[in-house]
Amino acid sequence: MANFWASYAWPTVLTAAEVLAVIVPLLVAIAYLTYAERKVLAAMQLRKGPNVVGPFGLLQPFADGLKLFIKETVIPSGANRVVFILAPVLTFTLSLIAWAVIPFAQGVVIANINVGLLYLFAISSLGVYGIIIAGWASNSRYAFLGALRSAAQMVSYEVAAGFVLVTVLLCAGSLNLSKIVLAQRHIWFAVPLLPMFVVFYISGLAETNRTPFDLPEGESELVAGYFVEYSAMAFALFYLGEYGNILLVSAMSSVLFLGGWLPPFPVAPFTWVPGPLWFAFKVAVLAFGFLWVRATFPRFRYDQLMRLGWKVFLPLSLGWLVLTAGVLLVLGWLPAH
Amino acid sequence: MAFLKESARSLLLVELLEGLGVTLRYLLKRPVTVNYPHEKGPLSPRFRGEHALRRYPNGEERCIACKLCEAICPALAITIEAEPREDGSRRTTRYDIDMTKCIYCGFCQEACPVDAIVEGPNFEFAALTREELYYDKEKLLANGDRWEEEIAKNLELEAPYR
Repeated sequence: MANFWASYAWPTVLTAAEVLAVIVPLLVAIAYLTYAERKVLAAMQLRKGPNVVGPFGLLQPFADGLKLFIKETVIPSGANRVVFILAPVLTFTLSLIAWAVIPFAQGVVIANINVGLLYLFAISSLGVYGIIIAGWASNSRYAFLGALRSAAQMVSYEVAAGFVLVTVLLCAGSLNLSKIVLAQRHIWFAVPLLPMFVVFYISGLAETNRTPFDLPEGESELVAGYFVEYSAMAFALFYLGEYGNILLVSAMSSVLFLGGWLPPFPVAPFTWVPGPLWFAFKVAVLAFGFLWVRATFPRFRYDQLMRLGWKVFLPLSLGWLVLTAGVLLVLGWLPAH
Repeated sequence: MAFLKESARSLLLVELLEGLGVTLRYLLKRPVTVNYPHEKGPLSPRFRGEHALRRYPNGEERCIACKLCEAICPALAITIEAEPREDGSRRTTRYDIDMTKCIYCGFCQEACPVDAIVEGPNFEFAALTREELYYDKEKLLANGDRWEEEIAKNLELEAPYR
């Protein structure tokens, strides 16, 4: 019995507690990201944004959540019921489980696995399934077209993003995210790999289906794209999933390029701030970038989107990958094992 | 050379960054929002809102049942019936405005020879049912009593231009 407790039950309880310790703040962050988006968009359009529910409208996300929670989930008569319900659950789950490998500080990570980068890449690629399934199960032409666009878009930009990840991998010499962060002790990868950072961030915009790459949602032509048939909590899960993905891409960018929990300079005033705060700050700045871009740019046309992905980002990232590899090899800077 | 310049501009995201700069500048500006139910924008004295039937200072209603407003109303929203009153003066027995038909053109108040029917400054008279928007004489006179101060001021301000 003691063996059962020591080897099985306690680790399970501990892991569950760790998961809760990550997911609860994450969900609050997601809720407030929706609030931040409305406030930032409003400010950039000279409006005030939500300011009625609670002080400064701070309770607005919860009011929205409550509203969606008590609404009826409408399932279209032609829809495949099981898959229709499964799709938003899948999207939302995938946007959460990726956080298992994100290091918040030295050693503060749920699963410090050695293939963390690969795991992140796999999870973000799986995200497209939620969308395809939603589009197909809705049995609606708009949803289906949105899902097709989304699939094509995510596959296209994943190629470029993959090369960017390989470049980071070359510089860090490890797939373990904590080690990647520690490899940036002296200089953040965003400095030598600035073009890659920009490519990764823009690909992140495309993979999360955000403006200017929000063709899958394309209100003006596809109504709402793949989630046009969804209502109430099913819709809320898609919505939370989308914002969760924004935070995830921001977290990935800050871990891979902005030194995760590391302060910008390892000197006195910067080192006083604890690591998780630095990490949260970087994620917040990058997430603000998503909102800022949304307030600024109109939507891409579909052929422009494909051209950018395949004819600009792919050659650029591939070229920079070869260049990085060459520089590392010639100068003997390859990371030791 | 022009090709190089163009490529550099596009690769360095020059124009995109300029665009981001514009939105950032706007982020720091003051919002122009008027917090509507709590703050209200200015209204012109010519504003054509909810109708009202006015009275003379002694309490006598102004309307003389000439039916010019009914005749000019392009939406056929006004219905008037009239009879001589006991003292012999012509008065309406019925004065209805269907506010769901009304297009707020203001012809009725322009047609009125005694400034009886006017469109006041009130625009917050939304109702939950259609029936509440079928105004009768009683309702219109009550409106007149309620808004008389504002209406009289607006009419005075507008007088030089009529």
